[in-house]
Amino acid sequence: MAKYILKRVFYMFITLFLIATATFFLMKTLPGSPISSASKLNPTQLAAVEAKYGLDQPIPVQYGKYMANLAQGDLGNSYQFKGASVTDLILKRLGPSFLLGAQGLILGISIGILLGMIAALRQNTIWDYGSTFIAILGISIPSFVFASFLQYWIAVKWGVLPVALWNDGWKSSILPSIALAMGPLATGARFIRTEMIEVLSSDYITLAKSKGATGFEVAFKHAFRNALIPLVTVMGPLAAGLLTGSLVIEKIFAIPGIGEQFVKAIMVSDFSIIMGTTLFFSVFLVFVILLVDILYGIIDPRIRLSGGNS
Amino acid sequence: MTQNLEKLPADSFKRITIDSSQAEKISKPSLSFWQDAWLRIRKNKAAIVSMVILLLILIMALIGPYIGPHDAETQTITHSNLPPKVPGFEKLGILDGIGTLGGTEVDLYEMKKVDTYYWFGTDGLGRDMFARLWEGTQISLFIAFVAAAIDVLIGVLYGGISGYYGGRVDDIMQRIVEILYGIPNLVVVILMSLVMKPGITAIIIAITLTGWIGMSRIVRGQVLKYKNQEFVLAARTLGASNNRIIGKHLLPNILGVIIINTMFTIPGAIFFEAFLSFIGLGLQAPAASLGTLINDGYQLMQFQPHILLFPALVLSMLMIAFNLLGDGLRDALDPKMKD
Repeated sequence: MAKYILKRVFYMFITLFLIATATFFLMKTLPGSPISSASKLNPTQLAAVEAKYGLDQPIPVQYGKYMANLAQGDLGNSYQFKGASVTDLILKRLGPSFLLGAQGLILGISIGILLGMIAALRQNTIWDYGSTFIAILGISIPSFVFASFLQYWIAVKWGVLPVALWNDGWKSSILPSIALAMGPLATGARFIRTEMIEVLSSDYITLAKSKGATGFEVAFKHAFRNALIPLVTVMGPLAAGLLTGSLVIEKIFAIPGIGEQFVKAIMVSDFSIIMGTTLFFSVFLVFVILLVDILYGIIDPRIRLSGGNS
Repeated sequence: MTQNLEKLPADSFKRITIDSSQAEKISKPSLSFWQDAWLRIRKNKAAIVSMVILLLILIMALIGPYIGPHDAETQTITHSNLPPKVPGFEKLGILDGIGTLGGTEVDLYEMKKVDTYYWFGTDGLGRDMFARLWEGTQISLFIAFVAAAIDVLIGVLYGGISGYYGGRVDDIMQRIVEILYGIPNLVVVILMSLVMKPGITAIIIAITLTGWIGMSRIVRGQVLKYKNQEFVLAARTLGASNNRIIGKHLLPNILGVIIINTMFTIPGAIFFEAFLSFIGLGLQAPAASLGTLINDGYQLMQFQPHILLFPALVLSMLMIAFNLLGDGLRDALDPKMKD
């Protein structure tokens, strides 16, 4: 196990190193100078400004500095906000994004599990078809389409909840969280249904039934807990999905989170924020996937993590 | 048991002999793998309906821009922001060209003195939404199909070579995949679309750059599973070349898995294109794709919901249909499910 974790951490660092390197060189190929008023300056001034930001040094030196800063968590400075540190800008906006992500995930997963269980226990009935249909909708309909309609019907037409922004306390987070929850809901429902059906046909369930356990007991005590374990494996893709969703949903609901800042940075070509956020996303996702893999081995001792196999 | 034994026909008592020459006879017509799969998918109503819907959307994407009374590019500013109006439907009270203006319902066609029909209405520049919608669908589908085709090509080649040749080749190729696999898809797509000039090519490259990895892993797993089985050994013993073994023995066996995976790659590509266009990294105006149309529609949602409605509907239908068809194909082609 320890060897496996070490190996995975090693690969994680190689991946992150590659992403950071690629990001740096991509940034260098992008058109335009990072100094916004470069054309207005005379050569001496330009040289002075370039020297201040270390842009006069050869690329390898710049690269080394950039990597050293990264290792300390410094993502560089924003061009747009008068040289504010990108790390600070991201940290400042972490709160709303985190809240939405957590609410969406918990809401989606719990309803998804419920739907999946109902579908598995009432297989091939109207309940099953209904929840399968909801799951298909959740997987298929892009979150930004769903979010637009939520916003149009519930907020604009009915006026029940705030249309957008983040100044109505918890109420502001309801619609975006629901929009984000659709993905985890669908994945959870489909996954739990398949797992439950498989578990319900196994020998120990038959044994439990023949010993006189009630349907409720069998479903919850015996089947559900074993069906739940593999759900951990989809947490990686789910995290990626939530991140993708957060970009568009924070844009739609004008939430002051990381995603909204990112989309705005794209509009005004603030490359340092774009690159910084991209790196931040990478670290987050790579970490989640690593965590999930390790967690999976700990929760379910039947799984042999020998490594090497795909 | 109270039958009159006398009345039983005499041939009931004839002795039956086992004809050993008939023992191997196949009584039912033999079905190929594909006929069998077709029989099973035919029972899956959702998959069949999806197939019909996909076919309809595909046909409309091809002919849609040309069958309406207007083309997609002409901007008629005086005809801007018109709600949908379809001949025949107007008497039913729907699609009759009545929209809200300042809170009251008015016939915008009458008000703006428009005597023609815009089936799906017009956008803010007075362009016909019907033609634009199908043109956008065409571009979205084109991106999705090309991206999926490239993913399949690279994925099958890479996974096939890695799995079939094994040994050191496999080791090196898998180490590369392991590192690439760790890079989040979202990150790659965003970085690539930033660096390249926005357009169809940029989106396709961004999607395919890491898109093939999933396919290559699946194909490699399948090749590893089949390449050591007896029928391959038999073929090899009889002197079959590598090409023949791959083409005649391995490929037909893994084709099902490839098809299933492709069916899920296509909606993935459609989604990424729409996603990129929505956050401003996709196609640039005046080009239309489902993503840009939804983005345009979203800006005007509060006043002109029809501009958002139709592209969102087509995009959702495409995604649902592809996912349902993929599910159906998985059930039909997966030999484990065979009853």
